This record gives sequence, structure tokens and C-alpha cells, in this order.
Amino acid sequence: MPVCKIRHIRLLAAVLAVPILVIVSLQTQAEYADVVLNRNSEKEGVRPVVYPHWFHRIRFQCRVCHTELGFEMRVGANKVTMEGIIDGKFCGACHDGETAWTVENCDLCHSGLPGMETGITGGHKTLGPGNW
Amino acid sequence: MIRIVSTTSTLAGSILLLAFVCLASTAVYAEWQTLKEDGLHDPLNPALQWLQNPGDALGRMPSDSAGNKVDWVRAFEDGYIRPRSSIHGEAEVKQLDTEIIMNDTGSLPRVMFPHKPHTRWLDCENCHEQIFKSKAGATPVTMSKILEGEYCGVCHGAVSFPLTECNRCHSVPLNGTAKSQ
Ligand code: HEC
Ligand code: HEC
Ligand code: HEC
Ligand code: HEC
Ligand code: HEC
Ligand code: HEC
Repeated sequence: MPVCKIRHIRLLAAVLAVPILVIVSLQTQAEYADVVLNRNSEKEGVRPVVYPHWFHRIRFQCRVCHTELGFEMRVGANKVTMEGIIDGKFCGACHDGETAWTVENCDLCHSGLPGMETGITGGHKTLGPGNW
Repeated sequence: MIRIVSTTSTLAGSILLLAFVCLASTAVYAEWQTLKEDGLHDPLNPALQWLQNPGDALGRMPSDSAGNKVDWVRAFEDGYIRPRSSIHGEAEVKQLDTEIIMNDTGSLPRVMFPHKPHTRWLDCENCHEQIFKSKAGATPVTMSKILEGEYCGVCHGAVSFPLTECNRCHSVPLNGTAKSQ
């Protein structure tokens, strides 16, 4: 076997990583970029929350949530609580009966399968933040 | 499959495999799952019927082969969607239309980063100065860091088109003329 240059080894590693990622990703079927939030939901007797990026980005640019509302771009990094939401923070900034339907519709947000962990899901995954 | 590749260890072989697996994966993802069957939503939730299935909305937009299978840049540009820039209607946003060529790509085509499609969705502060310095060449971006979810990988591979789409970033041929800014 020829001696590889560092650059080639790195390239190979990058190329090899991808089929592995794709294969891993074949196990999930959920829509790309759906976020599961289950830090406290199940512990407190409700289903995990499913937040769909695809649905919201049709209506809002990223900057609305990730600048204006200050959601940090890392799943699990924002201490989202039901109390905060009812106070008009996080999801509650919009789900207030004006911009979108109100927090009374528990099952529309708490719609996840029991047992799922907080993270980002979907077709093609990386080793990225959502998987830490 | 993975084992065979690691013993032969040829670049050509792994690229072939990559192409094959990518093809296979797009075939598997030709259609959107319904929420009932996506393995994420609880099919016993009576409110599920009020939620929209992705295919009902995404199927009407310019299609793509990966991620949400929507070409979001075109969907926005061609007016299929009009995502707001602020919770309450429209706010003044800063746009930038410059391109940065990143040359440290080994034998692969160079990377062209376009500010324009990014600043339509994002604020400067979403990237500067935490993820990227505002100076061409000042950020030590590498592919392995991207695959770990840093730099471009903060969004690409999570929400924006996935990292399997090498040629969308690696879009400037090595021997071609760089159209740097
Ligand atoms: C309606 C609000 C909203 C919009 C619009 C939105 N996001 Fe998000 N985003 C969220 C929430 C909520 C989370 C999860 C935060 C948490 O778990 O603490 C998130 C998480 C993320 C993450 C972290 C993923 C990870 O791997 O950890 C990224 C990256 C991201 N969003 C990018 C984007 C991009 C790019 C856009 C625009 C195309 C966008 N978001 C639009 C609400 C939004
Ligand atoms: C707009 C979406 C939304 C709606 C509507 C909603 N929730 Fe939540 N809820 C959340 C999010 C997001 C969290 C944080 C998820 C986590 O990490 O566990 C949460 C967390 C919770 C928790 C965990 C403890 C806590 O306070 O954080 C409980 C219990 C809860 N919600 C109950 C309810 C009930 C009951 C309703 C209906 C009256 C409701 N939720 C409606 C989004 C929503
Ligand atoms: C920037 C405003 C905004 C924020 C923030 C926001 N939403 Fe929404 N959301 C909307 C709008 C607008 C709709 C559509 C309402 C309608 O159809 O009347 C919606 C709809 C939804 C739906 C229903 C999707 C469907 O299939 O109909 C879910 C679920 C949801 N939001 C969950 C969340 C959760 C969970 C959060 C917080 C993590 C959140 N949203 C934060 C604006 C927002
Ligand atoms: C989201 C954009 C993006 C995608 C998608 C992408 N790359 Fe990269 N890649 C980059 C950037 C940015 C660099 C760093 C360039 C620089 O620093 O000059 C890079 C660098 C590289 C390098 C040079 C060595 C190194 O580690 O930095 C290789 C090899 C590479 N990429 C391979 C790939 C392969 C193979 C794919 C597809 C599986 C891919 N890339 C997909 C953006 C991307
Ligand atoms: C999606 C991420 C992203 C966003 C959003 C973004 N930039 Fe950048 N910007 C970059 C990257 C990547 C570079 C190249 C950094 C490097 O090479 O180290 C860059 C480089 C720059 C440079 C240096 C260019 C040069 O030729 O030296 C300036 C100036 C700049 N950005 C300004 C802005 C402004 C102003 C905005 C908002 C209108 C903005 N950027 C939004 C990612 C972004
Ligand atoms: C903060 C989030 C974010 C970061 C970081 C980011 N991007 Fe993007 N990128 C987006 C969004 C949002 C889009 C719109 C398309 C989509 O979501 O798939 C996009 C689209 C693109 C496109 C497609 C443009 C078109 O005309 O189709 C390219 C190419 C691209 N990004 C390259 C890069 C490269 C290279 C980097 C790293 C140097 C990078 N991006 C970093 C969010 C990001």
C-alpha cells in the first residue's frame, strides 16, 4: 500500500465518515430537523414535545427565533419550561392566541412517543450538536 | 460494507461506496413520512389529526434530494414561501451579497460560501463573531470539525441541507477560475 500523505488520510476519514452517517441515519424516518424536547415533560407526566423546524421555517426566518427570541442554536441548551411558555417566553412568544394558537392545546406540542430523548432527528444526521 | 472498505482503503473505492450509499439513501427518502408512521409522534395522540403531514406542505415546493427534500433557497427566492423577518410582521434586516472562496480542500473542489442566501434567513450575529470571524481566511475551518457539528456543521447536518451534499459547498473546480468576491 502506498504511503498516504496526511491530507489524503484526512480526506479518506471524511469520505468514510459519510457512508457511516448515512447508514446510521437510515434507521430514523422522522422529518429532517424535527426537535424532541424531553428534559422534564415525561418526568412530569406528559408526552415529549416535538418541535418541527420545517413547519416553522415556512412562516419565519431563522433570525426570528435564533436572534429576536434568543433561542441558542443547540438542542437542549435553552431552559424551556412550561412556566416560561405560559409567561410568553420561548414557544409562548407566539403560541399566545395571537400569532399562533394558545398553550391550552397541550397535545399539539406534547405529541411525541414516550421514551424519546431530547435531540434533533431526521433523515441525514451528523455527529453534530444534537447528538452530543 | 464498511469493513471491506477499511481493509482495501482505497480512496476511489470509498468514493464509489459513498456514491452508492448516497444513491441508496435518496431512494429510501423519496417520500415524506406521515406523522403517524414517522417513529417520532405518538400514534395514540388524538390531536395528531390536527397536525400537518410534511408532504402536504413540502410536496408543493421546489424539490431537492436531501434533508427536507425542499430547495429552501429557491422556495424563498421564487416566492413559494414568505417567511417573516420578525414576530410581528417585517423588520429591517441586514443583507450582504459577497462570496468567500475557501481554498484548503485538498484534492476536492474549493468551497464557495455565499453570504446572500444566508443573510436572507439569518442575522450577522448568528454567525459572527462566535462561529466565524468577519475576515476571509481567519477561521480555522476543517471538514472533521464540520462533521462534528462546528462551523458550517452547526446548521448543515441539523437544519439546513445535510453534509452528504458535498458538491453544494465544494462547488468551485480546482482548475477553474475562482470568482472571489
Ligand atoms: C419558530 C422558531 C424557530 C425557527 C424559525 C427556527 N428555529 Fe432553529 N431551533 C428552534 C428551537 C426551539 C430549537 C431547539 C432549542 C433547544 O432545544 O433548546 C432549535 C434548534 C436549532 C439548532 C440546533 C440543532 C442542534 O443540532 O443542536 C439549529 C442549528 C437551528 N435550530 C437552526 C435553525 C435554522 C438554520 C433555521 C432557519 C432555517 C431555524 N433554526 C429556524 C426554533 C426555531
Ligand atoms: C407551544 C407548545 C406547548 C404547548 C401548547 C404546551 N406545552 Fe408543555 N411544554 C412545552 C415545551 C417546549 C416544554 C419543555 C419540554 C421539555 O424539555 O421537557 C414543556 C414542558 C411541559 C412540562 C414539563 C415541566 C415544565 O414545566 O417544564 C409539563 C408538565 C407540561 N409542559 C405540561 C403542559 C400542559 C398540561 C399543557 C396544556 C395545558 C402544555 N404543556 C402545553 C411546550 C408546550
Ligand atoms: C415565531 C413564532 C413561533 C414560535 C417561537 C413557536 N411557534 Fe409553533 N407555530 C407558530 C405558528 C404561526 C404556527 C401555525 C399556527 C396556525 O396554523 O394557526 C405554529 C404551529 C405549531 C405547531 C403545529 C404544526 C402543525 O402541524 O400544524 C406545533 C406542534 C408547534 N407550533 C410547536 C411549537 C413549539 C414546541 C415551540 C417552542 C419550542 C414553538 N412552536 C414555537 C409560531 C411559532
Ligand atoms: C456545508 C458545507 C460543506 C459540505 C456539505 C461539505 N464540506 Fe468539506 N469542507 C467545507 C469547508 C468550509 C472546508 C474548509 C475549507 C477551508 O478551510 O479552506 C471543507 C474542507 C474539506 C476537506 C479538506 C480537508 C479538511 O479536513 O478540511 C475535505 C477533504 C472535505 N471537505 C471533504 C468533504 C466531503 C467528502 C464532503 C461530502 C461528504 C464534504 N466535504 C461536504 C465545507 C463543506
Ligand atoms: C451563515 C453564516 C454567516 C452569516 C449569517 C454572515 N456571515 Fe459573514 N462570513 C461568514 C463566513 C463563513 C466568512 C468567512 C470567514 C473566514 O474565512 O474565516 C464570513 C466573512 C465575512 C466578512 C469578511 C469578508 C472578507 O472578504 O474578508 C465580512 C465583512 C462579513 N462576513 C460580514 C457579514 C455581515 C455584515 C453579515 C450580516 C449581514 C454576515 N457576514 C453574515 C459567515 C456568515
Ligand atoms: C447559522 C446557520 C448556517 C451556517 C453556520 C452555515 N449555513 Fe449554509 N445555509 C444555511 C441556511 C439556512 C441555508 C438555506 C438553505 C437550507 O436551509 O438548506 C444555507 C444554504 C447554503 C448554501 C446553498 C446556497 C444556494 O444557493 O443553494 C450553501 C452553498 C451553503 N449554505 C454553504 C455553507 C458553508 C460553506 C458554510 C460554512 C462556511 C455554511 N453554509 C454555514 C445556514 C447556515
